[in-house]
Amino acid sequence: MKYDVTITIGLKEGMLNPEARAIQHALANLGFPTEDLSTARLYRITLDAADAAAAEKEAGQMCERLLANPVIHHYTIEVE
Amino acid sequence: MRFAVVRFGGSNCDRDTYHVLADVCGVDTDLVWYKDGLVKPYDAVVLPGGFSYGDYLRAGAIAARTPIMAELIRHAKSGGLVLGICNGAQIGSEAGLVPGTFTLNAYPKFISRHVHLRVENTTSPFTSLYREGEVIRVPIAHKEGRYVAPDEVLARLNREGRVAFRFCDEHGNTNPDSNPNGSAENITGVLSEAGNVLAMMPHPERASESVLGSEDGVKIFNSMIAYIEEHGRRRPTQ
Repeated sequence: MKYDVTITIGLKEGMLNPEARAIQHALANLGFPTEDLSTARLYRITLDAADAAAAEKEAGQMCERLLANPVIHHYTIEVE
Repeated sequence: MRFAVVRFGGSNCDRDTYHVLADVCGVDTDLVWYKDGLVKPYDAVVLPGGFSYGDYLRAGAIAARTPIMAELIRHAKSGGLVLGICNGAQIGSEAGLVPGTFTLNAYPKFISRHVHLRVENTTSPFTSLYREGEVIRVPIAHKEGRYVAPDEVLARLNREGRVAFRFCDEHGNTNPDSNPNGSAENITGVLSEAGNVLAMMPHPERASESVLGSEDGVKIFNSMIAYIEEHGRRRPTQ
C-alpha cells in the first residue's frame, strides 16, 4: 500500500542555529520583531509499505542512516 | 609505501593534495576515483577537500555513504591511516570515523583565509614532527566547519589527547576572538579513538611549500610518512 510520509528534521534544543538567527535579524529589520525563530527541513516521501507502522519504521531508518545527523538533529515522522 | 587520494564528484583539492604527497613529499600516491574502490593495499588514504555532491543534504553526508567508504572504514579498523581535510573531514565525521560533526559556521558565511592553529597533540601519526604547543599558520576555506559534539564527547577528547589542533591567535591563545567559525573549544582537528584517523578543517596541502606563504602544513604529511616507515607498510585494506 502507498503511504505519504512527512519527515521533519530540525536542530536539537540548545543547538546554535546561525541560519535562524540571520533570518530573525532580517525580519526584525523589516519591522517584524520575533521572540524566537527556528528552521527545519521537511521531506515528503511516497513509499510502498505493508502498513502504516512499517512505513514509519522505514522512514525512521532513512533518518538514522542518511537524512538526520544524530549529533545535532532530532526528527519527527508523520504517516498518512 | 603508497598513499591514495580519493576523488568524489565535486572534490576539488584532490590534485593539490596529490601534488604535495607525490612531488613535495616524494611518496607514491594514487588518485582513486571513488567508484573504482581501494583496490591496492594503501598505507594511508586521504579524503581531500571540495564540495562532494554539491554539499547537498549536509556537507560530506552523501559521499560518506558511498561504497568506497565501507572499504575505507575497514582500512581504518585495520590500523591504516586516514586523513580527512575540509570536505574530507566532513565526510569522515559523517561516516563516524571521528566523533562529533562539522556544521554551519556561527556566522553563516564562507570563510577563506589563513588562520593560526595550536598543535595540541604531538604523539599522533599526523603530528609527531611538531613541537607541543607549536603555533602554525594554515588556511581555512569553508562554510560548514564549526565543530560540534556533546559535552561528554568533548571531555573525552580532551582526556584522551584526541584534539589535534585548536584555532588560536599568533601567540597561541585560544579564545572566541581566535575562533573563526565558532567551533566548540576552538577545536578544528579531531583524532579517532585509535588515533589513526585525523579529521581537520584547515588545509595543510595549501601550506606545504614556501611559494604559498607557509610550509607549516607539510609536517602533517611527513609525520604520516615517518609513522608508516616506523610501523611497517602495506597494510591490507580488505
